[in-house]
Amino acid sequence: MTLGLLSQYVFNSLMLGMIYAMVAVGFTLFFGVLDIIKFSHGDVLMVGAFTGLATYLGLEALGVDSALVQLLVMTLVATLSMALLGALIAKYLVLPLRLAPPLNTLLLTLMLGTVLREAVRLFYPQGSNPKPFPRLLPADSISFGSFTLRADSVILLLAGLAAIVAVHLLINRTKLGLAIRAVAQDAETARIMGINFEFIVLLTFAIGSGMAALGGLMNGLYYNEINFGIGLLLGVIGFSAAVVGGLGNIYGAILGGFLFSALQSVGAVTLPALFPGTSTAYKDVFAFAVVIIFMVWRPTGLIAEKKSERV
Amino acid sequence: MAGVTVFAVLFLHAESQEEVMGLTLGAAAALLLLARFGWNALAAVSFAGHSRTGQAAVLIGVLIIAAVFYDQHFPLLMLASVLLYIVVCLGLNLQFGYAGVLNFAGAAFFGVGCYTAAVLTSHTSLPHLAVVLIGGLMAAGIGSLLILPVLRTHGHYAALVTIAFSILFRVFLEVNDTLGGPQGMKVQGMEILGWKLNDSLAFGEIEISFYANYVVLALVMAAVAFMLVRRLERSWIGLNLDAVRLDETACAAFGIDVARWKITAFTLGNFLTGLAGSVYAMMTGFVAPNSFTFGDSLILVSIVILGGLGNPWGLSVAAAIVLMLPEKLQFIQEYRLLLYAALVILILLFRPGGLMPRQVRSYLPGWKP
Repeated sequence: MTLGLLSQYVFNSLMLGMIYAMVAVGFTLFFGVLDIIKFSHGDVLMVGAFTGLATYLGLEALGVDSALVQLLVMTLVATLSMALLGALIAKYLVLPLRLAPPLNTLLLTLMLGTVLREAVRLFYPQGSNPKPFPRLLPADSISFGSFTLRADSVILLLAGLAAIVAVHLLINRTKLGLAIRAVAQDAETARIMGINFEFIVLLTFAIGSGMAALGGLMNGLYYNEINFGIGLLLGVIGFSAAVVGGLGNIYGAILGGFLFSALQSVGAVTLPALFPGTSTAYKDVFAFAVVIIFMVWRPTGLIAEKKSERV
Repeated sequence: MAGVTVFAVLFLHAESQEEVMGLTLGAAAALLLLARFGWNALAAVSFAGHSRTGQAAVLIGVLIIAAVFYDQHFPLLMLASVLLYIVVCLGLNLQFGYAGVLNFAGAAFFGVGCYTAAVLTSHTSLPHLAVVLIGGLMAAGIGSLLILPVLRTHGHYAALVTIAFSILFRVFLEVNDTLGGPQGMKVQGMEILGWKLNDSLAFGEIEISFYANYVVLALVMAAVAFMLVRRLERSWIGLNLDAVRLDETACAAFGIDVARWKITAFTLGNFLTGLAGSVYAMMTGFVAPNSFTFGDSLILVSIVILGGLGNPWGLSVAAAIVLMLPEKLQFIQEYRLLLYAALVILILLFRPGGLMPRQVRSYLPGWKP
């Protein structure tokens, strides 16, 4: 394999890893504050991408044709509306089940994901077909031998990085972040200290869902196509990434996201080389199998939760 | 019970959509009325008091339904599917209703059974009853690969293991050409001691749909599985499983081997699932990866939770509702998944124990809580 091809693979898996990491950060945030898994997260991402697309079409109809303005408005509308959706889900569906067994919350959010998926399929005009996503980023590219660096990919990668750094700063450097961390550590004590528990939970869900919407837009801009089914697989991958990294830990989630995409790339490259005749489609089988084996080695992820067993 | 049978016959018989809707609403109203007057509590008490009669009545009821539709394929197919799904859900119930082992790969283990049947019937000449048995054993065997990760992990981490397996399995089937890829495989019909189950029986003028054979077979399987699960639940094994679910630490302190009981429940549950899968494959004559998606596993899980975790009767009722309602409500065809998911959300919000919550175990005969 040439160096150029290798760097191409590395770059592509970085790109995918960034999207996975953005989904995983959401999972890990929700788990941190409420100890629950919100499985509709992947579908929130999908709805975000569709909202972006609808906004784009709306802007086209209004006659706004500057790509930069379109991009900014799309991002803004998609992120804000998904943040709102996330907060609504938390308020009316997740918080009421706080005292129920965790299995119920898991099932509820899974079903919510189905509702979102079906709603887009049925109510978005021709929602069951894949939709072309507009190319809004400059498509210039620089070639180094067999390695092609596309400008839009670089911009997306940087945007993802910026989003993750922003969340990191929000959590670690602001008063709100301090409150989120306090609730994650001990909800009851945080309440005693005068932190508005419900507000913080809703805010966390809003941040996480906004991140998902960004991830959805990135996904759309990268592949130039979206369909109503992308949420399920991205959701499961994001969840795997968060779990592999260690639930409740943001760095773990980011690490897990890149690890998962690296696994997929390794699977796609080495499987056909090792076993002639196997197709690269086995890469997901490989990645998930490694995740299962990994769980045997580190049952609570790379960066383990700090907790003590109380009887 | 007679009323329920008549209702089921009417329901399966109803052709027009208005009739179906009317019957559904009627049943809901009747149940509400019963609950209003506290009659369902009375019924539950009498049911508990005469469990043998009750079970016999259910068996007879199913046979009556089958007899009414002796020459129609579709209702009998539905009936047999419901019975097989009951077997699957009983297996899942053992796993997370009693032992508390999460399993989000029910459809994958069902698929293992189906594909085992497909491969064995088309490439070997093993007797088909043995094939069914091997289908169950294969599912249990492949499940045992997951035992170590399942035992080592807890809660959400354990959920991930089975979810990952369920997706892995589906993708594997889709890209594997020897197993037919996305097109799937054909499966031969079942044959027991030279008697082909796919041939219609004919007595003189009367021709009986071949699905009737499968209904009888599935009924036997469901009854045996039901009996097994009920006996297990009531025995010391069931007590151990409950203890494992409720508190692992306390359990270990009292000398109960947590790992042992988790493995028992997980393997036995997968075995039941695989058995039902191989019979299902032979009945429908066709398997394809699309029937074993993560979504299908979710439907299985939701049947168990809707019925009331740990309640075999509840999950039987839930299986019938979940499978038959969408088939019969064709006019909402497009919207059925949407409505169904919304319904599950509502039930989880307002009746988290399921339709029929599990009763407290009666430790002494005649003991009232």
